[in-house]
Amino acid sequence: MATVTGSLAGVVPRPNTEHGLMGWLSTVDHKKIGVLYGATSFIFFLLGGLEAIMMRLQLAAPNSNLIDPLTFNQLITMHATTMVFLVVMPMSAAFFNFLIPLQIGARDVAFPRLNAFSYWVFLTGGIFINGSWLIGQAPAAGWFGYANLTSKTFSPDLGVDFWLLGLLILGTSSVAASLNFIVTIVNLRAPGMTMMRMPLFTWMTLVVAFLVIFAFPVITIGLIELGFDRFMGTNFFNPAKGGDPVLWQHLFWLFGHPEVYILILPAMGIVSEVLPTFSRKPLFGYSVVVFSGIAIGFMGWGVWAHHMFTVGMGPIANTVFTLTTMFIAVPTGVKIFNWIGTMWGGKLTFPTPMLFSIGFIAMFIIGGLSGVTHAISPSDYQQQDTYYIVAHFHYVLFGGAILGLFSGIYFYWPKITGRLLDERIGKVHFWLMLIGFNLTFAPMHILGMNGMPRRIYTYPAGMGWEFWNMLQTAGSLVIAVAMLAFLYNVWVSHTKGKVAGNDPWDGRTLEWSIPSPPPAYNFATIPHVRERDDWWFTKHPELAHGSHGHAAAPAEAHHATTGGHGHEEHIHMPQGSLLPLIAGVGQTLFVGGLILGPVVMAIGGLMMVGGLYAWCSEPINE
Amino acid sequence: MLVPVAAGTLLLLSVACSPSDPQNTLAATGIVAKKQQDLFWTVMAWATGVFILVEALLVFTLWRFKGRGGAGEPHQTHGNTRLEIAWTIAPVLVLLTVAVPTVSLLWELAEPPKVSTEVKVVGHQWWWEFEYPGYGITTANELHLPQGEVINFHVTSVDVIHSFWIPKLGGKLDAIPGKVQSLWLRGDEPGTYYAQCVELCGVQHANMKFRVVVHTRDKFEQWVKDQRTPARTPDAGTPEAAGLLVFTSNCVACHTIDGVPGAVGKAGPNLSRFGSRQTLGAGMVDNTLPMLEKWIADTTSIKPGINSTDSAGQPTQSGALTPMPRFKDTLSGDQIKSVAAFLYGLK
Repeated sequence: MATVTGSLAGVVPRPNTEHGLMGWLSTVDHKKIGVLYGATSFIFFLLGGLEAIMMRLQLAAPNSNLIDPLTFNQLITMHATTMVFLVVMPMSAAFFNFLIPLQIGARDVAFPRLNAFSYWVFLTGGIFINGSWLIGQAPAAGWFGYANLTSKTFSPDLGVDFWLLGLLILGTSSVAASLNFIVTIVNLRAPGMTMMRMPLFTWMTLVVAFLVIFAFPVITIGLIELGFDRFMGTNFFNPAKGGDPVLWQHLFWLFGHPEVYILILPAMGIVSEVLPTFSRKPLFGYSVVVFSGIAIGFMGWGVWAHHMFTVGMGPIANTVFTLTTMFIAVPTGVKIFNWIGTMWGGKLTFPTPMLFSIGFIAMFIIGGLSGVTHAISPSDYQQQDTYYIVAHFHYVLFGGAILGLFSGIYFYWPKITGRLLDERIGKVHFWLMLIGFNLTFAPMHILGMNGMPRRIYTYPAGMGWEFWNMLQTAGSLVIAVAMLAFLYNVWVSHTKGKVAGNDPWDGRTLEWSIPSPPPAYNFATIPHVRERDDWWFTKHPELAHGSHGHAAAPAEAHHATTGGHGHEEHIHMPQGSLLPLIAGVGQTLFVGGLILGPVVMAIGGLMMVGGLYAWCSEPINE
Repeated sequence: MLVPVAAGTLLLLSVACSPSDPQNTLAATGIVAKKQQDLFWTVMAWATGVFILVEALLVFTLWRFKGRGGAGEPHQTHGNTRLEIAWTIAPVLVLLTVAVPTVSLLWELAEPPKVSTEVKVVGHQWWWEFEYPGYGITTANELHLPQGEVINFHVTSVDVIHSFWIPKLGGKLDAIPGKVQSLWLRGDEPGTYYAQCVELCGVQHANMKFRVVVHTRDKFEQWVKDQRTPARTPDAGTPEAAGLLVFTSNCVACHTIDGVPGAVGKAGPNLSRFGSRQTLGAGMVDNTLPMLEKWIADTTSIKPGINSTDSAGQPTQSGALTPMPRFKDTLSGDQIKSVAAFLYGLK
């Protein structure tokens, strides 16, 4: 047995380099994987944005023929699928990857190779779904894929197959990553880093990870049933044979609503790090913010059918979901007050990350309030499936999640690259984005109340919709210019950006105690944590008001900066491995083989099984 | 600053949608829409109040604490239990206040008051079929209702999920294949209203519309009488008579016309008294003779995508299951003109 294991493991030698292409392909370093996640999701962000702009150009004027109806339906489907699964989730994962070990004082995640596997599955899954464009058969049944429009009868081409297989692939990536982060956060915290001393971002990551591992199995069941219907002729969602298309809606939204919190909680975590830093005081009501996050995590499971008020569930179900939806606004609202409380009495400065965080709060208030107006189901009967809904969730997911993520990008850029982004360009970026965002999405409230349905590729003149649509298209172009400003900023930072040093913002948590970019091992000496916001109170012991009786004590070899280089040699970091890449690509090919053919499936299957087997028996090289 | 902004927002919402805009949900002309509109404004008033309060608090905080104080660090507050309890309870109270009228209207709309007319609504890719069982009338894409009377709609679909919505009369109900569900509405002011499908249902979802005509009782009864009168056979030698022949040999497998022998097809819209309808192609264009000729010659020239077939003749992703043939391939120009004249004459 040992020889078999040894010989198989030898097929793929464990690479021993951290540099060049091989360094990236074989990396198991959470920071490099975080950078890969960030860069990849940003490219998908540009792609999803391009799709949005094409839709906006088509809708700028009535009776436009710029884009044909089928392409338009493909654009709405792929824009949403991209933004949800290939942008906001993986960009949050970029932050989880880069930050969680740094915030909890660990050297890596619990399962570094699994982490790499998650990334390669995400990358190849994203390419797979978008590959449908290349053969002109992108999915066109909406990101929500309502049955029975997704059936072979009504969507006979390969679009829906690409979509459902792609989501299955991406689901394994998310679930694997989430298990990894749960184990990491629960087990790898530095001594003294109790749960209630964890940074808020780590807490929100933990909540999101639990949401993912419970939510994705639900949509997986739906997708597999849909796959059976399409590939094997079963009738789960076929009303002609006794199936029920509404079943799909329940499965989809039972996943889909927790998914909304999966998208927004990481941004809330980032904002909860940024605001205290630039207010120079701790997060107001830390435990309330933590527990409201957990409460949202639980309550998020009881509101899904508010997406279905007009399906005809009857007054009892509608009453229940009306009330649960109204009251999930409470823990969300509490967070807003706590953020304002954090800034109250502080010494506020407004560098770009702070501006994005404040923008997040200001816009999220609007998205939250319009969400309450949807919870009012009798009035939602009018708003359902109109642009009012589109306005609402863009205030939550763009004004909320995307602004929050940009806050994180500006905040952590110096930690990740060692150089700051330019402040002046950053401010131009922020204001263009905020103005463009509001020009694009605020008029959608008006259009929705004025009866404009979603997902229509054109509309006639004389409906009272022309002016607002034109304004929205102009707004979307302003957002595009804002993105150019950001790209320019990246280039400026790369070529002549100010060197950041360890702690450019006078930060509060452990990640600011180590060099930028951090060394592969993160902490030369594992820190001992004695306080929430430990690094801040280490820098300002006089402010700790003796709450734990150690305030005046000097840091004894406390943080990595004080640890000498002499320690480095004794730190064992996991060596790179190509097997996650092989197994991950193999899995995508194996699943995609249902479309791409049995040869691809066989190759993929071999790579996946062989890769995983070799992975299990891979020696720890020295 | 924020008060005018918020007041402006509300004002904008009310004036940005002109009452004459055909699908304005805030210019209700039916009792259901009116109640929904009133509830919306009630909630919106609360939401605007909260919006002003919270955004003002945010802006004030930014202004008040901007880079203040001398050398020292700010007081390191960790929280304030009383304050936090207060701002947890306050939104609960507001929500409870709003929940009462919400739940009460929800139940009020669940069951219809005294019903005057039952209408069966069937969604098709991409048109609407309306059947009045009490009157023995089946029509398409144009709904006629008596003013001030409660109509109970029984909504279903024959293919995918659609959603039945008449914005000025009231909020909507999905049309789900395999289920028949009910929605009641009441049109209180005579007039013609726009309506359209609001659930993504395929390539021509955007053009699955219909018109609703609310009549006084007298005019409604006249309409019913007209609809129940079978089509008159055109006089021999007229273009209409030639058109009838073309129709019976090309169209009857899919279209029904009361009074035309053999015209009993159900796949396409019922064309009885077609000439009296205001629109063509499910609310897409005005029903004029030239437009009708164009439609018969090639539907896709007006409604793109519904008829595309691949090289093997199979419908593609975008195709309707029962597409209307491109008759310019099989009929002469004169034949098309005559059949259009026949249909247009069915007033």
